[in-house]
Amino acid sequence: MSVKLTNAQIAWRAAQDIPDGAYVNLGIGFPEMVAKFKPEGREVIYHTENGILDFGEAPPVGAEDWDLINAGKKAVTLNPGASFFHHADSFAMVRGGHLDVAILGAYEIAENGDLANWSTGPGSVPAVGGAMDLVHGARRVCVITDHTTKDGRPKLLKRCRLPLTGVGCVTTVYTSLAVIDIVASRFVLREKLAGISFDELQALTEAELVVEGAVKDLIVPEV
Amino acid sequence: MNKISPNLEDAVADIRDGMVVMIGGFGGSGAPIELIHALVERYRKTGSPNALTVVNNNAGNGAIGIAAMIYAGMVARMICSFPRSSDPKAFTDKYLAGEIGLELVPQGTLAERIRAGGAGIPAFYTPTSYGTQVAEGKPVAEFDGRKYVQERWLKADVALVKAELADRKGNLTYHMAARNFSPLMATAAATTIAQARQIVEPGEIDPEHVITPGIFVDRIVEVPDPKQEEALLREGAQG
Repeated sequence: MSVKLTNAQIAWRAAQDIPDGAYVNLGIGFPEMVAKFKPEGREVIYHTENGILDFGEAPPVGAEDWDLINAGKKAVTLNPGASFFHHADSFAMVRGGHLDVAILGAYEIAENGDLANWSTGPGSVPAVGGAMDLVHGARRVCVITDHTTKDGRPKLLKRCRLPLTGVGCVTTVYTSLAVIDIVASRFVLREKLAGISFDELQALTEAELVVEGAVKDLIVPEV
Repeated sequence: MNKISPNLEDAVADIRDGMVVMIGGFGGSGAPIELIHALVERYRKTGSPNALTVVNNNAGNGAIGIAAMIYAGMVARMICSFPRSSDPKAFTDKYLAGEIGLELVPQGTLAERIRAGGAGIPAFYTPTSYGTQVAEGKPVAEFDGRKYVQERWLKADVALVKAELADRKGNLTYHMAARNFSPLMATAAATTIAQARQIVEPGEIDPEHVITPGIFVDRIVEVPDPKQEEALLREGAQG
């Protein structure tokens, strides 16, 4: 495939849909990149599972306080108005429906909204962290991902094959080729790169892509 | 009332073989390294406490803290949500060799099970893990049209936590995000032992600022310059 978005561009696209005033949880790793692309003028408050609301960027090297970290165990800083809380309160924010957006990575997403992102199956040490909690409760559960696996197989499937993180939980998928909402257990195509035809995109997607109304061009700047 | 222990060795002296030990901290943030190492030292000298079940979010990093307990051979089983870290060798090798048990619990469920244990609530329902392999064998019920998984409380014999300030009555504050699981664990353990950077007179902690009220704390020990797991790892510390 010649044309596709970089990870930074996928993160940029997902960031455009986070509204002013949103409370947001960004998963460890790739999803953390979304914070870099928050549009000017919007105030977004980030939640981290270990117990901070409204944390900011990483401190300079040497100025870290290792009691002030995010879920990825990276040192962070505090914005004015930040707060601390214990883990039960932190997950009350998650499960209790108080977060507006959660953004996660994925191994597989199914058209019924099932997500697999925590285990590649037997033979490794299983580790789930907060992912199974985060997929329940946030008003929008968004996935950012390459459209296919490294060896070109579809990640958007009829049914997940890997162990599930959650059932029917994903609302929107931002891929390297398209933006897709999950509506009534179907992948509804909202945007795609102009350089790829619908048929080419469908060929890289195991489950059926549904079109409801106009499909917009997915336009992302160089970032 | 005086809950002050003279030293770390005394503070952990009555932790026995086979106990369930909750240990505060999320990675290195809030990890009570000095209490843990006092326990490891006792084990190396006396062979006890052995066969412990340790409850923590993680399963150790490098060769210090919980990883030092695992290397020493005193941990039979971990109850945690994320047994990975930048250097998870201590746990990974023993787990893959079948020498250490693992009960994997989603992070929010772990927190709520501990909260329930401390609050006298034997079971509760959560949407977390419904339809996944983590929920296998657990009762499911429907509320308002949605499925939920039953989870049970989690209690411990001992909790080890790291506080910022403490007074002799056991009131605690914490530093930054270091509290994480500790206020919950303090409620769920039969005996809660806190190391504190500073012990102050009762009344010096504003009652509005007390995070863990003294009723949940049995023993405190002052550790004026506590080590940070992350800083020790960067220095290449060995257990």
